[in-house]
Amino acid sequence: MAPPSDAWLILLGAIAATYFWRGIAVPLSTKIDPNSRAFEWMTCVTYALLAGLISRMIFLPFGDLASTPVSERVIAVAIALVAFFLFNRNLLVGVGAGIMMFLFLQFYSLAV
Amino acid sequence: MNLDRQHPLSIAQAVRLGVRDAFGVPFIVLLASMTAFGSLARDSGLTIELALVSTIGIWALPGQIVFAELYAAGSDALALILAVSLANARFFPMVMSILPLLRDEVGRTARLYLYAQLLSAQTWAYCRRVFPGLPHYTRRSYFLAFALSILTISMASTALGYLLTGALPRPLALSLVLINPIFMLLLLADSRSRSVVIALAAGVLIGPMMHLAAPDWGLLITGVLAGTIGFVVNHYLVVKRDE
Repeated sequence: MAPPSDAWLILLGAIAATYFWRGIAVPLSTKIDPNSRAFEWMTCVTYALLAGLISRMIFLPFGDLASTPVSERVIAVAIALVAFFLFNRNLLVGVGAGIMMFLFLQFYSLAV
Repeated sequence: MNLDRQHPLSIAQAVRLGVRDAFGVPFIVLLASMTAFGSLARDSGLTIELALVSTIGIWALPGQIVFAELYAAGSDALALILAVSLANARFFPMVMSILPLLRDEVGRTARLYLYAQLLSAQTWAYCRRVFPGLPHYTRRSYFLAFALSILTISMASTALGYLLTGALPRPLALSLVLINPIFMLLLLADSRSRSVVIALAAGVLIGPMMHLAAPDWGLLITGVLAGTIGFVVNHYLVVKRDE
């Protein structure tokens, strides 16, 4: 493991490398008309990118979550979606139902 | 959202709305997921200062997790920085598709560089949801109120998770990690625009496949490909048929 002074250098590098993407988009964004087709396309790209990221986090997670069966994660997400749309698109109900289901499955698989 | 569209919204009301939205479900989700990150940061051998600065500086949970895990694995510094950068390349389209809604007619661009740093996926999704019902002059107030609220919540939760490590039973810790993707999925699924719904569905399907095919660039390819599918299908296929 790197000593702490190296850790700070690496973190500052990671922050700068992240800000690079934020920063280069700023001057370009001032040329986009929010009512244009280009803006709508960029909106679609962002939604698709976030959807892809979330899908990846559910189907191919990093870290501890990877040790849980994919079926348990998919069941929890499905319950969340069903509850969300059944209860008038209530975010709290959707998230709550999904996590309760996942918790139940985790404790259940510990018990058997 | 119960905005009274009869009366123009004041700046103060927009700020209150932003704070109130942030302290709703996002508060619960960030308390869970950033607590989990704080705990991961400690397990990865980071100091609490490093964990907190990564939250405010990187300000993107997937990138922060890549940072903590690769640091723990003792990865090469340059490889680590490149991996975090690629995990966060999504900020390019995110900034491009939010700042045009926030800038003012005077054209002061310096402050936009600060807004770009404050942006996160939740702020992006909430603003895109709420903005159609907000008068233009109140949008920056909403954005700042929401973004600064969730940044405060996230900093406190990172510290909490760091200090609480080991106190959580494993099933609960796993659930804290899953709460973030579930919440973001519902937030996106709430969209009602046809091009966006098609782009979302395509992104969900293509995302994991592209990640397997090209771990580094898969996410960007997914965004461009699935986003273009949504845009093209809506404008050039469905619209033509409707006419």
